[in-house]
Amino acid sequence: MKDFLSRSIQTTIIFLVVGGILLLAFGGYFGRASTLFSGALLGVQEWVSVRYLAIQDFLTAPRESATLIQRNAELEAEVARLQAEVITLEQKVAETDILSALVDYATAKPENTYLAAAVIGRDPSPFLHYVIINRGSNDGVQRGMPIVTDQGLVGRVDAVIANAARVMLITDPGSSVNVRLQNSKTDAMLLGSLTGDLSLDMISQDATVEAGDVVLTSGLGGGYPSDIVIGQIVNVRKLDYELFQQATVQPVVDFTRLQIVLVITNFRAIDFTPLIPEPVP
Amino acid sequence: MRNLIAFPVLFLVLLLQTTIFSRLTLLSGAADLMLVTLAALAVQEQVTSAWHWAVLGGLMMGLVSGVPWFVPVVGYLAVVGLARLLQQRFWQAPILALFAVVFAGSWAVNLLTFAALQILGRPIALDDALGLVILPSLLLNMLLAVPVRALIVDLAGWLYPVEETL
Repeated sequence: MKDFLSRSIQTTIIFLVVGGILLLAFGGYFGRASTLFSGALLGVQEWVSVRYLAIQDFLTAPRESATLIQRNAELEAEVARLQAEVITLEQKVAETDILSALVDYATAKPENTYLAAAVIGRDPSPFLHYVIINRGSNDGVQRGMPIVTDQGLVGRVDAVIANAARVMLITDPGSSVNVRLQNSKTDAMLLGSLTGDLSLDMISQDATVEAGDVVLTSGLGGGYPSDIVIGQIVNVRKLDYELFQQATVQPVVDFTRLQIVLVITNFRAIDFTPLIPEPVP
Repeated sequence: MRNLIAFPVLFLVLLLQTTIFSRLTLLSGAADLMLVTLAALAVQEQVTSAWHWAVLGGLMMGLVSGVPWFVPVVGYLAVVGLARLLQQRFWQAPILALFAVVFAGSWAVNLLTFAALQILGRPIALDDALGLVILPSLLLNMLLAVPVRALIVDLAGWLYPVEETL
């Protein structure tokens, strides 16, 4: 018992002494020897620490990678959502631009009453150039009403149901529009074609027609209001042995990208069929 | 009652035709999804009501299109008649029968449309119609035949299951 007590006291004293020396060493009380000692210990600690962190990284890497993959998927989903939102907003901006231009056009011509309509389809037959709009008789649309955009003439209503109407474009092979040439002050007839190209016929041989002349509706025949822009003459064909000159017209409206159009609702096409005399047998 | 599915299916076809396929043009030609659908349906041996589908599809097209209403009706009935005729001759090669029907049917429908428009006074030249509309449309219809057949075979198998005899 006496031996045990003396050994315990001895051990305690040794611990206290060594601990005190270490504290003094770390406190820098031993000068150079202290620096060497603490430097060696800290070097070992650094070495162990670096290795430990490397091992920790290695061991925890799969978990981090799974987290990153999940985070990446979340961010990709967020990017996709934002991209879809951007596309929607861009579409709305484009629609707003179109509507704004149409409002400007309608304001510039206050004598007409306009109804905006969206183009929702095209005629299934490739022989015809018709579009379908989302306004019908419920909105006051009637057969024969002209259709325009802020750029110019599009066509006229050919058939109507309650909530939709079919519009014959001026590019249709069956379309003919009485026009006048702004510069040469002469009348002509605008014809559509199977390819969608526009041509002018019935231009008097005496008229001086040049490329660049602006083509407007003349209002003759009562099918369309007057002074709606259609396009510009691209080239003229004048042959001495023909009765009339002919010309090709570049339309101002892009018929392949029609989205929103205006129906002129206060215009009534005049049906002059009863005025045409019946052939006498 | 199962034939009533023709209404939504053909309406969907019409919707796709007017919104998408009429805008996808080659020269001035466009694919006729309704024609190809009806042809793919009619060459299926077990389909018994293809005539009804043809009349319904024709009336729907006639309602929407500027072409006189009877032109697509007569045209699609001709397509189904042709399919019924050829289906017995090519019974071992249904895809060949479909190609033959789409080829002949496209000619029939387009020439019928051209003739009707000529009678109505549309100034369309035959060479323009051939080169710019009929031949490009024919090519597009042939291209469309394969994917449409894949869908219609499934639809026909679901609507008109074949009874196997032991």
